Amino acid sequence: MMSRLLRHRYLIARRILQAGILVLLAGGNLYGWPVLVGDLSHSRLLGTVPFSDPFAVAQLLVAGGVLAGDVLLGAVLVLAFYALVGGRTFCAWVCPLNAVTDLANRLGTGRRGTHPRTGRAVRYWVLGLALVVSAVAGTAAFEAVSPIGMLHRGVIFGMGAGWAAVAAVFLFDLAVMHNGFCGRLCPLGAFYALIGRFGLLRVRHDHTVCTHCLECLRVCPENQILQQVGRVSGTINRGVCTNCGRCIEVCDDDALGFRIRGRALSERTGG
Amino acid sequence: MTLTRRDFIKRAAAVSAAGAIGMNLSPADLAQASEAEKGWKWDKSVCRFCGTGCGLMIATKNDRIVAVKGDPAAPVNRGLNCIKGYFNAKIMYGRDRLTKPLLRVNSRGEFDKKGKFQEVSWDKAFDVMAAQFKKHYQALGPAGIGVFGSGQYTVQEGYAMVKLVKAGLRSNNIDPNARHCMASAVVGFIQAFGIDEPAGNYDDIEYTDSAVLWGANMAEMHPILWSRITDRKLSNPDRVKIVNLTTYRNRCSNLADLEIIFKPQTDLAIWNYIAREIVFNHPEAIDREFVDKYTVFATGHVDVGYGMRDNPEHPAYSEAERETMRKQKTKTVSRAEGVTLAHLGYKEGDELQMKHAAAAGKHWLISFEEFKRGLEPYTLDFVAELSRGDADEPLEQHKAKLKQLAEIYIEKGRKVVSYWTMGMNQHTRGSWVNEQAYMVHLLLGKQAQPGNGAFSLTGQPSACGTAREVGTFAHRLPADMVVANPKHRERAEKLWKLPAGTLNGKPGSHYTKLMRDIEDGKIKWAWVQVCNPWQNTANANHWIRAAREMDNFIVCSDVYPTVSAKVADLILPSAMIFEKWGAYGNAERRTQHWKQQVTPVGEAMPDIWQAMEFAKRLTLGEVWKEWKISDSLTLPDVRAEARSMGYKDDDTLFDVLFANEEARGYSWPDPVGAGSLNTLAEGDKRKVAGFEGYGFFVQKYLWEEYRKFGVGHMHDLASFDAYHEARGLKWPVIDGKETAWRFNAEYDPYAAKAGTGKFAFYGPALKALPSGDLAGPRKGDKTPLPNKAKIFFRPYMDPPETPGGDYPFWLVTGRVLEHWHTGTMTMRVPELHRAVPEARCFMNGADARGMGLNDGDPVWVESRRGRIKARVQIRGRNVMPKGMVFVPFFDERVLINKVCLDATCPISKETDFKKCAVKVTRA
Amino acid sequence: MTGREGMDRRSFLAGMLKGAAASAVGGVVWGGLVAGMDRAPLVLRPPGALAADNFPATCIRCGRCVAACPYDTLELATPGRPGPVGMPAFTPRKTPCYLCQDIPCTAACPSGALDPSSVCDETGAPDITRARMGVAVIDYTNCIAAWGLRCDVCYRVCPLVDKAILLEMTRNERTGRHARLVPRIDPEHCTGCGLCEHACVVEKAAVFVQPREVALGRVGDQYIRGWDRADERRLRQDAVQPPEGDPLDYLNGGGLDDE
Repeated sequence: MMSRLLRHRYLIARRILQAGILVLLAGGNLYGWPVLVGDLSHSRLLGTVPFSDPFAVAQLLVAGGVLAGDVLLGAVLVLAFYALVGGRTFCAWVCPLNAVTDLANRLGTGRRGTHPRTGRAVRYWVLGLALVVSAVAGTAAFEAVSPIGMLHRGVIFGMGAGWAAVAAVFLFDLAVMHNGFCGRLCPLGAFYALIGRFGLLRVRHDHTVCTHCLECLRVCPENQILQQVGRVSGTINRGVCTNCGRCIEVCDDDALGFRIRGRALSERTGG
Repeated sequence: MTLTRRDFIKRAAAVSAAGAIGMNLSPADLAQASEAEKGWKWDKSVCRFCGTGCGLMIATKNDRIVAVKGDPAAPVNRGLNCIKGYFNAKIMYGRDRLTKPLLRVNSRGEFDKKGKFQEVSWDKAFDVMAAQFKKHYQALGPAGIGVFGSGQYTVQEGYAMVKLVKAGLRSNNIDPNARHCMASAVVGFIQAFGIDEPAGNYDDIEYTDSAVLWGANMAEMHPILWSRITDRKLSNPDRVKIVNLTTYRNRCSNLADLEIIFKPQTDLAIWNYIAREIVFNHPEAIDREFVDKYTVFATGHVDVGYGMRDNPEHPAYSEAERETMRKQKTKTVSRAEGVTLAHLGYKEGDELQMKHAAAAGKHWLISFEEFKRGLEPYTLDFVAELSRGDADEPLEQHKAKLKQLAEIYIEKGRKVVSYWTMGMNQHTRGSWVNEQAYMVHLLLGKQAQPGNGAFSLTGQPSACGTAREVGTFAHRLPADMVVANPKHRERAEKLWKLPAGTLNGKPGSHYTKLMRDIEDGKIKWAWVQVCNPWQNTANANHWIRAAREMDNFIVCSDVYPTVSAKVADLILPSAMIFEKWGAYGNAERRTQHWKQQVTPVGEAMPDIWQAMEFAKRLTLGEVWKEWKISDSLTLPDVRAEARSMGYKDDDTLFDVLFANEEARGYSWPDPVGAGSLNTLAEGDKRKVAGFEGYGFFVQKYLWEEYRKFGVGHMHDLASFDAYHEARGLKWPVIDGKETAWRFNAEYDPYAAKAGTGKFAFYGPALKALPSGDLAGPRKGDKTPLPNKAKIFFRPYMDPPETPGGDYPFWLVTGRVLEHWHTGTMTMRVPELHRAVPEARCFMNGADARGMGLNDGDPVWVESRRGRIKARVQIRGRNVMPKGMVFVPFFDERVLINKVCLDATCPISKETDFKKCAVKVTRA
Repeated sequence: MTGREGMDRRSFLAGMLKGAAASAVGGVVWGGLVAGMDRAPLVLRPPGALAADNFPATCIRCGRCVAACPYDTLELATPGRPGPVGMPAFTPRKTPCYLCQDIPCTAACPSGALDPSSVCDETGAPDITRARMGVAVIDYTNCIAAWGLRCDVCYRVCPLVDKAILLEMTRNERTGRHARLVPRIDPEHCTGCGLCEHACVVEKAAVFVQPREVALGRVGDQYIRGWDRADERRLRQDAVQPPEGDPLDYLNGGGLDDE
């Protein structure tokens, strides 16, 4: 039992965080809890600290919105945080759609027709397109259709027909393309991949203790970035890594772990 | 062809409107209308709600009401309705309609005061009800039981209950909710004219040049009459003047030429100011001939208390409550009273001992000089300062308005009608202020003529027709007779075929006293009919506690679960208006009948059936024996005489009072009811409790017996059949003709017959008075006053509770257009509920700001008696002056009567729901 | 390696081309979709909302106005409902705006999409009567007050009674003795709160709130009401444009000959 828990320690922590944030936001709306009010596009912590979705803000800015300082400050704070922490930490630890796509991908494990590398660049096109369409349409284009927004807003304020979009993502990942949405289409993930490229929190690999079981490749949603596993030690310095920690918790060999970028490998393993 | 329901109604309305005004519709239109109404049956009826008495047409199909329309042939409303009228079709079909008798029982199914309500059969309900009745009646006598009656009873229901209670049970403890509504008007009429109800009628509106509203928010409370007043104003905007005298700005003000915001209670002073203007400054305006020939001057005692409990130290009351209650015994003369009671030798700071509380109605003749002396203090300066209700209004402006008001009355040739309802009736000096209205109109000779007169509007649909004309009051008998008068009792005993001495000569407990008696354990069995006493009676906390915690048995006949049903022990499901035959009488003396339109829902049964079934369980042997009522009054055993009249001891009250030989002479079927349902006569398809009808025309019998009281006694009503031909008739109906203006020989055969010239105020009551001066009557003979009206002098006095100290606000209660009384029916019409879903606490904007309150914030409204929570309203229909809040009483979740003071006019016993002191705090 | 690089370059270029083409198609579809959602002209926004063309560019869809509304009046548009997903709106027939004096929704807005300065008095204190969420419109064919019934519920529930809704009194010639008390909206004062629409007692409300751009016409700036000084506010400098075109075009042109 303990080992089962241990093998899912990051997963459990992520789910708690994802759900906890939503619970606090929903409580803020429904019961007036003062902890976190708003949604994942923008919220306010304890009535003082603003958080904004920097990608949403970017879209509004290109759409021509004259935004108030609150929203801009919130975007800067969030931007700075993820740039510092690195990677797509948002995707694995905050985004509620992550739970949906994780489930779809786990259920769809048996049939993975798609090559891991195929279409991984589409999301950057989508990201660019989102900004172009925002500028043309005069509103945040991705926010208008985002299944992420429909999910978190749905939980906090009422779902409406938003479940259909969430179901579509689920089915798309399940039946059409493994890791299709988060790994290939989502411009928000792409956005965080770009800003998180130089983040500090990284997965490190020690090929000397690796037994080549390749369990990490099996669980990784972006396993094209694990090419070095079993071959080269060092940190996985790719922006698309979500820091989900699945590879670490499934590794029985202690060949994977979190590390702050720049510290020597030996410091971690030699201890 | 497809038509929506709205099309049906529109088209149907189009046809009948066209018929009424002689307009022709094309055959195609008519064909469409008849297609729409296939299977519908239209029949005339009357609106369930206010005292206006609008005519309705009801459409039924498959034993359901499918539509209503305003009756285009009805003279009152000519096809129009207000939105309560608009929803008459929906009021019967609320989801929580009571359909089965419900009794509080224990786990074994036996009655238990502390038990929960459970469905029981009608038989069991009546058995428990009768057993409980007998237990308490035998122990306490006829005064130990009581009936809460109604101004919403049909005429026949009221009559049946008066007969059952007064003749059968020998008790006078039956009193209607109209006590809360019209009693002061009644005293005004009886004391001034000797006969109840207005001289004029609604056509005064079209004849008059001025409509002066005295605390009557007609725009909301008499919506159709208000549209008539508006039309009159539009017909001649320069000539016609509308005055709105009110304690806060309401919706009448937007039509009014003159809006006077006055301080509560100071209407007494304003009337006297007008009279003083006439007598002192415009004596030429007095109609000398009229005054000399048709009037006398009179006055009464001032030290009469405020209708509160005689014992202010009553153990059930808190010290805070007693502060106010002690004024029943003594009151410190205020600064204003130091002026207005100076003629009696009082000055500010004196203790006024309420020595004449038991003789509050006593009055005597005075000279014109004495009358004039009484008016002396009511100068413009004094009255303006006393009466200014809006502290933000400059005194000079208020003064100018009072002057204009007086000028409207005084102007030669200007016709004036004064209208009032609850503002003047619900008043601790309500009888006085009613009399003051007649004082001014009589001085000017502007009374009992088309377009001229003081007109008391009624609140309830049959406050006049049932409560007053039938006399469902604790002191009355039909046709203005009273129980205290032996001659009246004798006449009633003859008409009712009772042994001499059966009727009880001691007036019973009025509505509020019924509650006090229950609290004191003097009444232990009560029956509630067509009213909601535990919501509509002031100081409700006491009454709710008494009902739930004391040893008593309360029966509530109702149509929906009300507050009163909730505190009761037995609930009987009643039939509603269109589920029975009935008649209402409106404020202009118009009696209107209707037929049963549909079978009642569930097992609901008409109130008359309930009365008759209950009567079956009581025998003469149990009720007509000797009863000690008080030390000075013992009702004789009349069973021996009853036997000599052919009655047997084990005859039931049903046999004697309702199903007697005469009654059975009214056979059913009857041509007037051809094709109509008649649950009482022939039962109905449901066969509730096995009932298959009494076999005779109960409603017609009751009507025809009832009208014997009035025919030839100035209250002539037409035959039952005649009303089913007419759109109502204004009594007295003589030789088939209604009477438009009473006391006026040109219109009223009774006045013509008196032979006193143009007028005769022929009412017979209280028409022999001693003489005296302002201080009191002298010993000596009484002067008979045939055909005379009385001009009363009544001074200004403070109400018993005024704002100050911990309770700085006036609390005024009342209604809104959208809801009727306690909201029992209208709150169940979804559209009306949505329009006004809750009672709000209207408050002055600056007062609210001062307390940091915003519109919509919840507050406690708290008096010495209790508190309720309501949300503040600063904007909208009512604009409150500083220092006053208004909370309507329709909402049982905002049960404002827990806060109100149960002080009454000492003469009329009508509660003042318009004045008590409260504090308002954030909740 | 070179060959591979050539291959890579070719496939890269092909990929770019494919991506660009797909983006163009996707962009058109996406843009159309978003613009279609945007085109929801009947949506009513909270007090102080920016004009219809600026609001969607500014609202970040955080719902803080919704959380702040004490009456649950405001809702974020969900997919399948009119209006851009996630932006606040209200449906008066369901729940009207109760015109809170402290305007908590506007105060909560972090983005500036709800502009507190547009609902303030001169002293800067919130003044909800300046809100212009929409304007009430009356369908007189189905207004029972216009039939002559004493309804005027809308008038009595209006927080700005006698300002935003007035009663027009006319004589009812049919009955000859009753007046019609017919509600009339004054758009100058109407906030669009929708209390009237909410309270209207007929089956489908005969008084209803529409966005002001939809419901109100506009009189050209070249004419000012001479009897109303305040009307000069409408005057703009460029009200009358200088004529374009050349008289010579007409004068020297043909057209008079029979041909």
